[in-house]
Amino acid sequence: MLIIKDREIVEDNWVHLSDDDSLIDGNITVTLTRWQEQHEILSKHGSGLGIRLSGDDPLEELVPDLHHFQLVVLLFPVFTDGRCYSYARLLRDRYHFKGEIRAQGDVLRDQLFNMSQCGINSFELAKPETAEQALSAFDDFTESYQATVLRPEPLYRRR
Amino acid sequence: MYQYDEYDQTMIDQRVKQYRDQTRRFLAGELTEDQFRPLRLMNGLYIQTHAPMLRVAIPYGMMTATQVRMIAHVARKYDKSFVHFTTRQNFQMNWPKLEDVPDILEALASVQMHAIQSSGNCIRNVTSDQLAGVNANEIEDPRPWAEIVRQWSTFHPEFAYLPRKFKIAVIGSPEDRAATKLHDIGLHLVKNHDGQVGFEVFVGGGLGRTPVIGVQIRPFLEKQDLLSYLEAILRVYNRLGRRDNKYKARIKITVREHGINHIRELVEAEWVQIREQLKLDQKEIDRVKQYFTEPDYELDAEQDTSYSEMLGQDAAFARWAKQNTADHKVPGYRAVYVSLKKPGVPPGDITSDQLEVLADLAEEFSFAEIRSTHTQNLIFTDVKQADLYALWLRLEAEGLATPNINTLTDIICCPGLDYCGLANATSIPLSLQISEKFDDLDYLYDLGDIKIKFSGCMNGCAHQSVGHIGILGVDKKGEEWYQFTLGGSSEADASLGERLGRAIPKEDVVKTVTEILDAYVDLRHQDEAFLATVRRVGIEPFKERVYADN
Repeated sequence: MLIIKDREIVEDNWVHLSDDDSLIDGNITVTLTRWQEQHEILSKHGSGLGIRLSGDDPLEELVPDLHHFQLVVLLFPVFTDGRCYSYARLLRDRYHFKGEIRAQGDVLRDQLFNMSQCGINSFELAKPETAEQALSAFDDFTESYQATVLRPEPLYRRR
Repeated sequence: MYQYDEYDQTMIDQRVKQYRDQTRRFLAGELTEDQFRPLRLMNGLYIQTHAPMLRVAIPYGMMTATQVRMIAHVARKYDKSFVHFTTRQNFQMNWPKLEDVPDILEALASVQMHAIQSSGNCIRNVTSDQLAGVNANEIEDPRPWAEIVRQWSTFHPEFAYLPRKFKIAVIGSPEDRAATKLHDIGLHLVKNHDGQVGFEVFVGGGLGRTPVIGVQIRPFLEKQDLLSYLEAILRVYNRLGRRDNKYKARIKITVREHGINHIRELVEAEWVQIREQLKLDQKEIDRVKQYFTEPDYELDAEQDTSYSEMLGQDAAFARWAKQNTADHKVPGYRAVYVSLKKPGVPPGDITSDQLEVLADLAEEFSFAEIRSTHTQNLIFTDVKQADLYALWLRLEAEGLATPNINTLTDIICCPGLDYCGLANATSIPLSLQISEKFDDLDYLYDLGDIKIKFSGCMNGCAHQSVGHIGILGVDKKGEEWYQFTLGGSSEADASLGERLGRAIPKEDVVKTVTEILDAYVDLRHQDEAFLATVRRVGIEPFKERVYADN
């Protein structure tokens, strides 16, 4: 599947395992539940390990384990559910997560700008075939008033 | 007032471009209605009963003469040559075409206006006191702070998809003319024991189905911490607010379900983490404040004697001056309300022609500025007393000098069933009937300060739950009925009205108002105001009067 990562369209090289899928080689993501149940075996996984979070999951419980993951996938069940914007900011600003943060679910062109300002850097679009058109969304605005992950100094310190 | 620099202008220009493309993609079928709805709402565009409705933001109610002329122009070119002012100091156009909206926004952007976040589940246009900067009781002018909040909340990337809408109001004096305790966040500039000025912060107020008076979350917040504290509240709400039921999604419900103490703990814990990062620099505070310095008041304005002469000579002028003007901190100046409550005209409505006259009058008499008020009127805040007579004559000629500010006929009213897709019942025609019934000015003045607030459905756009007399339209098996409440207030002593009794049929609404007023006249002690009487005697005597005959 094609995804947008760091403003480029690339082939995805991750597999999202459901809780009853058997472990496989290669880059995998798991739910928080599976991580909590199988963290010993998962932490020895030979390739990339990622975790999938929804706005219902308690982010703070995961923080001590963040160093195990190269990818955090944030789930947007509907694009109007904005909880994971806060998760993305906290992961970057407060917990200093340097790996990939990916938006998954109802991910549409018109939310990409805000998501990227909050620190999300890869996107599984709801319609991957629209990726080419969606790239321009990152340039919808050239400035923002607020301190964001991409521009840590608010505009009032830069004008 | 605040003037955009290149950063502000670039952002609203880019917003127009973005919205133009969103509209194009919607019309081309690339965006579904469900996908487009939140996007257009975040730009103030509703789809209503007859046509789209576009709500344009007027940050804290401030407009220049140039902006007022542009409002007149877009209303004439793209609508039916009138606009409607709302209870949150914004204005609405009731008949624009969806495909014209990008052009309307482009025209508005050319005079530093926009419709950004005037609807949708995001941080709405910030409101304030219409007498900000000119009233003598003020601790500090709230407008620079309202502007700082406007900028912080505009396109905040983290808070574009909140559980529900989020409204912030800022005031700087003890009297509350902005209904701040009915906002998700109310900010009051206050002085602490050391004489330092900061903010008392209220949270969780709101109207709608479940009206709630906001509660204090912090007694004193230092000014430079304003944005970090707001960001902390919003982040807690964004994470915790309910998303399973839109009727339980406002922060007032979050506060009720978790308790103010728990919410306060969460907010303070979040705040300590971001406080340093978001501290406001004095440089920025000064930069914004320089736009709100005093205009060049004439120091000898008070020497004028013509004002008192004309008051003596012209009773109609004297009546208007008493009712429709307010004290000013500078001797010799007054603030002048422009009543948008003329009997026969829907409350808050004004034509393009009238707007253009007001723009001229603003330039001539009030430093080229005009403001909108929370009560759906307009106001010139800086008029020399020597100019009042000339100004009155011009307003009178335009039908904008009805001397009824703060009287019974200064009704706050929502668009109701005639325009709004949400409404259950008509509101404007009945409020017009009330105005027509009570057209005797002597009787109105005798009744004194009575605020009627009239909403066509329980979404409560006219804030009926805090009306001295609140009227709420409800639907009963396809018929329009009206629920009355008495004793509400949106001011510093904010309270929710108490329900009078069972709903009243449409044809009895005016009669019921009459009966309530008759009861008041019988019950009051000398000069006792309506609200004070209701609070003293309770609702029973009114109930007996209204429901006596059936």
